[in-house]
Amino acid sequence: MADQPSRNRLEDKLDAAWVWDRVAKYAIFLGGISAIVFVLAIFLFIAREGLGFALFDLDVGYFFSSPNWRPTAEPEPQFGALALIAGTASVTGLAMLVAVPFALGSAIYIGEFATGKTRETLKVLVELLAATPSVVWGFIGLTILNPLIIEVFDVPVGLTVLNAGVILGLMAAPIMATIAEDALKAVPDTYREAAEAMGATRWQVIRQVVLPSAKNGLVAAVLLGVGRGFGETMAVLMASGHSVNLPTSPFDSVRALTATIASELGETAQGSDHYRVLFTLGILLFLVTFVINLLADVLVRRGDKKQA
Amino acid sequence: MDSTTEYAIQTKDLNLWYGDFQALFDVDIEVKQGKITSLIGPSGCGKSTFLRSVNRITERLGYVRTEGKIEVMGHNVLDPEVELTQLRRAAGMVFQRPNPLPLSIRDNVLFAYRLKNGGKGSRADEDQVLEKALSEVLLWDQVKDRLGLRATRLSLEEQQKLCIARLLPVKPSVLLMDEPCSALDPEATRAVEELIWRLRGDYSILIVTHNMAQARRASDECIFMLMGKVVEHSKTVEMFVTPKHQETADYLEGRFG
Repeated sequence: MADQPSRNRLEDKLDAAWVWDRVAKYAIFLGGISAIVFVLAIFLFIAREGLGFALFDLDVGYFFSSPNWRPTAEPEPQFGALALIAGTASVTGLAMLVAVPFALGSAIYIGEFATGKTRETLKVLVELLAATPSVVWGFIGLTILNPLIIEVFDVPVGLTVLNAGVILGLMAAPIMATIAEDALKAVPDTYREAAEAMGATRWQVIRQVVLPSAKNGLVAAVLLGVGRGFGETMAVLMASGHSVNLPTSPFDSVRALTATIASELGETAQGSDHYRVLFTLGILLFLVTFVINLLADVLVRRGDKKQA
Repeated sequence: MDSTTEYAIQTKDLNLWYGDFQALFDVDIEVKQGKITSLIGPSGCGKSTFLRSVNRITERLGYVRTEGKIEVMGHNVLDPEVELTQLRRAAGMVFQRPNPLPLSIRDNVLFAYRLKNGGKGSRADEDQVLEKALSEVLLWDQVKDRLGLRATRLSLEEQQKLCIARLLPVKPSVLLMDEPCSALDPEATRAVEELIWRLRGDYSILIVTHNMAQARRASDECIFMLMGKVVEHSKTVEMFVTPKHQETADYLEGRFG
């Protein structure tokens, strides 16, 4: 062809930009799949340590039905996890009762009512609260809530379901609030404007338009909080009393699954039954979290279909 | 509301600021009852601001200050005793982009009606209101079999008609339309224009438009605004044939804007 130069210009050139483009592409790809790789790796690790035991050596019926957790008893250790499961469930349940109203309330206030400086300040504060280390929350449970509960309710111990639930609730609320506020912010402003232009009051706009549109994100926020509650270790360890117990009231001490693993794993011989049953607890935690997430996904999808 | 007044909207010395920026200067506008009045002018001339100040939706921004008098059907809407919810039912608004709520067609049309009545009414009553409103905007036959469908899944033309239909059950006296056809294709524009023309007489309509041909073919009176001021207000026929001001003539002929 006659115009040779213009053809040259269209060819792929091996220059610095080309190299950087490739480097960036693979680096980003690695970053992208790392989450999958890590999840799989963690699961494999836990499964390798605990799955064999759970399948072959553990009396699964006993595991789920007995509150007797005596992993070091001689000659026959008892691995009943019911009390630990009940401990985790009761603390998480109470935590959600505390956290959901707080979180939704603050998300709605920050997202829909506060303006300008108030809004910015509040957002920063909530995020700061979300970043508070859990050991600090546990410390608050030990030193402030504990004597308070003893005094107010006139009970002998303050390290109870109530204490851990409140602490965990306050701890989960800021994260839930942040996610919930994002969900509210994602609702297009044209919806609010349309509803206001039809004479809806502020609250009617929120109740009838904003909350239904943000429903999926709000459900996600709550479930994230549930996941947080299930997985939290340190604060629960410090505030719950850490005694194996089937709770019958909020004033009973309990022990959580996570706290059990954290406090006992260091004292076990690697490969022993005790060591492996702790990994079985880990598998249980992993599965529960997985099911919660799956459930959330299904619920959210079903909601989408219904609306469509 | 008093229906003996000649004007659906009447403003006197209306000044409006966004923070320190003044967007409207001593605007005196009269919109006759039962007519279609179009507001034209280049971008940023204050026509949308004016429209949005009539139902006080400008106040959503929080930093808007309004002075002067705006009367809708003879009532000063800037009076602190005016209830915004009442005002917004009396002066319904149609937006540039169709903005149905993410609800079913049925719930959209009945949204304002239910707000007004403080909740859901009887099924029979609601069905009647629904059919009437959708028939008025020529949408009933197209959607009557899928009233449960999410309104956001309709075509843009249908969405915009729906956005007009949902204002009607609360019996507004004024319809404020902010470039209602600018997001629509020519075919849909024609359909919505025809609809607006049909509503003329029953409602007083103030319509902001960028499209001079639209103003010319679809309005009784025309107001030309420039830099936050009203330059000229006359019958549409007169304005397009014999504009009184040089700026109007220049704008209409496309010499600026």
